[in-house]
Amino acid sequence: MSTTDASTRYSQPGPYFGAYGGRYVPEPLVAALDELSAAWEHAKTDPVFQTELADLHRNYTGRPSPLTEVARFAAHAGEARIFLKREDLNHTGSHKINNVLGQALLTRRVGKRRVIAETGAGQHGVATATAAALFGLDCTIYMGEIDTERQALNVARMRLLGAEVVAVKAGSRTLKDAINEAMRDWVTNVATTNYVFGTVAGPHPFPAMVRDLQRIIGDEARAQLLERTGSLPDAVCACVGGGSNAIGIFTAFLDDPGVALYGFEAAGEGVDTPRHAATIGKGRPGVLHGARSYLLQDEDGQTQESHSISAGLDYPGVGPEHAFLADAGRATYRAVTDAAAMEALRLLSRTEGIIPAIESAHALAGALELGRELGPSATILINLSGRGDKDMVTAGEWFDLIDRDAAQS
Amino acid sequence: MTAGTAVSPVEARIRAANTERAGAFVGYLPVGFPDLATSIAGAIALAEAGADVIELGLPYSDPVMDGPVIQRATQAALAGGFRLRHAFEALREITAAVDAPVLLMTYWNPVLAYGVERFADDVVAAGGAGLITPDLIPDEAAEWLAASDTHGLDRVFLAAPTSSDTRLDAAVAASRGFVYTVSTMGITGARADVDSAARTLVARLREHGATNACVGLGVSTAAQVAEILGYADGAIVGSALVAALADGGLDRLTDVARDLASGTAVLPAGR
Ligand SMILES: Cc1ncc(COP(=O)(O)O)c(C=O)c1O
Repeated sequence: MSTTDASTRYSQPGPYFGAYGGRYVPEPLVAALDELSAAWEHAKTDPVFQTELADLHRNYTGRPSPLTEVARFAAHAGEARIFLKREDLNHTGSHKINNVLGQALLTRRVGKRRVIAETGAGQHGVATATAAALFGLDCTIYMGEIDTERQALNVARMRLLGAEVVAVKAGSRTLKDAINEAMRDWVTNVATTNYVFGTVAGPHPFPAMVRDLQRIIGDEARAQLLERTGSLPDAVCACVGGGSNAIGIFTAFLDDPGVALYGFEAAGEGVDTPRHAATIGKGRPGVLHGARSYLLQDEDGQTQESHSISAGLDYPGVGPEHAFLADAGRATYRAVTDAAAMEALRLLSRTEGIIPAIESAHALAGALELGRELGPSATILINLSGRGDKDMVTAGEWFDLIDRDAAQS
Repeated sequence: MTAGTAVSPVEARIRAANTERAGAFVGYLPVGFPDLATSIAGAIALAEAGADVIELGLPYSDPVMDGPVIQRATQAALAGGFRLRHAFEALREITAAVDAPVLLMTYWNPVLAYGVERFADDVVAAGGAGLITPDLIPDEAAEWLAASDTHGLDRVFLAAPTSSDTRLDAAVAASRGFVYTVSTMGITGARADVDSAARTLVARLREHGATNACVGLGVSTAAQVAEILGYADGAIVGSALVAALADGGLDRLTDVARDLASGTAVLPAGR
């Protein structure tokens, strides 16, 4: 495995990723970001911290997550060989826990008693509430009001875990506004509170730190695939919201020139309609939430509202490292519609008995098309970032699976 | 790059206020709230009621530094059709009507999207004095430092109670006009007490060479203005003015602004 921290052509330590990244934040936050950067620089090479984290991964989360070959699904993808990295089997149901456990340990190290987080689909909120329960920390989760409605079950989970869930009513009432509100809380309570950010966006050190904490996905998958097939994949696929699961699986392969990297953004109702979340595909560089990156914005620089059937991809920004990888041509970003993602979700359910999160279904849909392009000799690795339990209401409505009479009686 | 080469109109005005009175009253209102015409009339009324410097806020979709009062106003402005060109229109009309220098307060992305050079050109053309940039720290400001130098514009950066000595140096060196002294850890909005952290921070800023330190966040009464001017060069009021305009229109705004301005007349003991 090549897992060195040294900066290579494509792997950058931050705060800048080419022309992207940085810190576009109010001055009152800089001291906290500096403190977090220093704590992370120390922790990431500290054997005590690494041992604690490795123990949590193994005995709490259930890592390493399996690598599952899905031949019946692959029959629909031009007969390419397809492997799923099963982040859906992690405790709490997605890759988000990998990052959260690291940041919760770090919170304890910097001596803070309270964590806050933003959440879209609720998966990062659930993971943060879980870690807070485990570590005995106070926890407040900010969630856009629209998302609290479409992910009501995750709201209940967070509350059961002891977290306070704040429904954010400002702006577009989705993930971007939840981040604004969490930042405001942080500015006010920074002396006692750590902000556990959920993706590879935001100001430095978040893009680099969350990447470092998620790279275990790709490090494991690369070794598992080599052991299983004796070679590297031809392509690696992941969905991209803020970009953490994608960076998590890409990082191990950045310096393998033969491995193509594909990120799938949400095309919503279509990239030629206003209702999509294809930030790299349709956005322009700008500043949002503390970093320079691609951004869906109007000509005045006002952030535009995104749309996706999956709350976790419904974000008008994207992590700066993805902006860099896109410009450098190292990774390719495509967009997948709501309809294509839902078809792929049903296909994986029926062919393999695995119900994916709608977010992850975007990667599956992208891989179906890619498999047909690459043909039967190709091997494709897909990051199955989460499971679909949280999405049953949406899927039930989409496919008309809920017997209304039975539901009412 | 330190203040002092060109004569900054904002700095000159604040110095004059400190000679004539206890210090300067700096007032904030957003463009386009409740509508463009009223926001322009509001800024003019604010200057006529005694504000020494006007901060004209540019509505932005993601205002992370702002509390509920200003958020509501700027969201209403955006919903009412605010466009960037309205900010330059407002700037032109206000600066034509009043002597008080006018700074635009803007989050960074609208400036980036417009083009930093082009933005600076249009601020100059509209008679504006410069920018306050709440989410731009000197570390990321190279392009703006250069553009503001060539255009002779003021640039106000923030200093916070948590800022290190190195960072205070950077804020003082980069700022021209004044240093925005964040009174307390938090966002905009009226508060009963303006933190004693402000007094300490102003003292630290002076040690780092600041000649003009204005204190903002949470200031809402004439008594607070007077208290702040006992140790700082200016007091900045935002939410209380926006709330007055929202609740009672231009008349109420004028009353509140006059009252706040009366806080500058109180000479602190021992000065
Ligand atoms: C299962 C799952 N996958 C993907 C995402 C998107 O986030 P990211 O792009 O950071 O991986 C989310 C976000 O909530 C998620 O829950």
